[in-house]
Amino acid sequence: MSETRFTDDHEWARLEGDLIVVGITNYAQEQLGDIVFIELPGVGSTVEQGQEAAVIESVKAAGDVKSPVTGSIAEVNEALVDHPETVNQDPGGEGWFYKVAPADPAEMDDLLDEAAYASMLAGLE
Amino acid sequence: MDEPAAQLQQTVLYELHQSLGARIVPFAGYQMPLNYSPGIIKEHRHTRTSASLFDVSHMGQIRIYGPGAIETLESLMPIDLSTMKPGQQRYNFLTNNNGGIVDDLMISRLADHWQLIVNAANKMKDLELITTACGPRTTVDYQHDAALIALQGPAASTILSRHSTETASLPFMHQGPFTIGGIPCLISRSGYTGEDGFEISVSNSHAITLAESLLAHPEVEAAGLGCRDSLRLEAGLCLHGNDINEQTTPLEANLLWAISPDRRADGKRAGNFPGDVRILEEMRNPPAQCRVGLRPDGKIPVRPPAALFSEAGVESGLVTSGSFGPSVEGPIAMGYVNRALSAPGTPHHTTVRGQPITLTVVELPFVAHNYHRRR
Repeated sequence: MSETRFTDDHEWARLEGDLIVVGITNYAQEQLGDIVFIELPGVGSTVEQGQEAAVIESVKAAGDVKSPVTGSIAEVNEALVDHPETVNQDPGGEGWFYKVAPADPAEMDDLLDEAAYASMLAGLE
Repeated sequence: MDEPAAQLQQTVLYELHQSLGARIVPFAGYQMPLNYSPGIIKEHRHTRTSASLFDVSHMGQIRIYGPGAIETLESLMPIDLSTMKPGQQRYNFLTNNNGGIVDDLMISRLADHWQLIVNAANKMKDLELITTACGPRTTVDYQHDAALIALQGPAASTILSRHSTETASLPFMHQGPFTIGGIPCLISRSGYTGEDGFEISVSNSHAITLAESLLAHPEVEAAGLGCRDSLRLEAGLCLHGNDINEQTTPLEANLLWAISPDRRADGKRAGNFPGDVRILEEMRNPPAQCRVGLRPDGKIPVRPPAALFSEAGVESGLVTSGSFGPSVEGPIAMGYVNRALSAPGTPHHTTVRGQPITLTVVELPFVAHNYHRRR
């Protein structure tokens, strides 16, 4: 498994083969609380770095997922439609949102590495 | 952070919340627990199946003494206090001159005074209103030194009776003095969850000891304001500031049941409370809109203030509360609709992020009340 990168908006992105897998961080799921509904992008649709790509509804509020990278949606995690709570239980694994065929894989270099994200979180405490 | 933490108040149980791992949020000028580590849904379900402890000390507790108390309070609320016996509690509201609801509250008759439990966000406004209305023979006392702890859920009575067996026979909407582990408490059998339960008024100096002794029971978990909101919405109960406010009237809000028969249009002492002209008129000619339960189709929560439209595409109402109901296991909402379109089964339409959603009018509550009513 390759290195996981992070956005300052609490999404993660990880290169797997030719695709980049995207999800939200544990910090993000903790802030949202119990997730009850997830709206995923359509397969084949285009997402742009920093733009809204998915919507998350928790009991208390609605939030969005901003795509860490630009590209075309290759696959979405359909299991989240019936079991959105998976994102609370395993945000970095089974709770992934979508896989994107990146327009420019070098966009990953724009993102924070694990140490930089950890120190950003430490600053939020 | 919406508000600087320095300006927010804390209840006497604040450090207990922190030690229990609460997520603290600003609410009505206080730093309050939104939820603890189990999260809103688990806390909600625990309340429906066992018992939960809620800190509601941010709410206002007001005592009114003196021979002029009944006259003062009846000049502000559509209630008949003369027939209330010591120990009885009622739900009522302060109204304004336009018939709007200044605040909703619980009022109890005690041996030598009346006690009001009012909403945190409105308590200073309420206090001023009551104090201004007081004649020379009435005293108003805001209880700065009292905490309020709610123990709610089907196991609440079993748990409390381990401390004081007499509490088990307290009927729904009654209040009285009890001693819990040597601590003097004023306990009412009521709450804001739709479940059987108690609200316990206790001095700040004893509140932590009392809360800890209740939390020591294996059936009891701490629960935050997040699930208090989802529980009351499933129970069809109004949240002042959302579902009722200074612009909505009791008749629009479907709260006629709370107005004492004697103070109604056909009663022996009709009117003589703020906004009586409009409120009595609405008893004869129902207002154009009314509060209803709404069940959105699909899974997307419809949150306030979502505008509603009729089948014909004409604006038909407004969602005032909307969330996910953990016991209903789906989205639920409450709002105001055109009275002609308020019958159960009537569809209304809205959009969330461009997606069309149909909401159907349903009977309230969403989850049947489980109160301890006298047989």
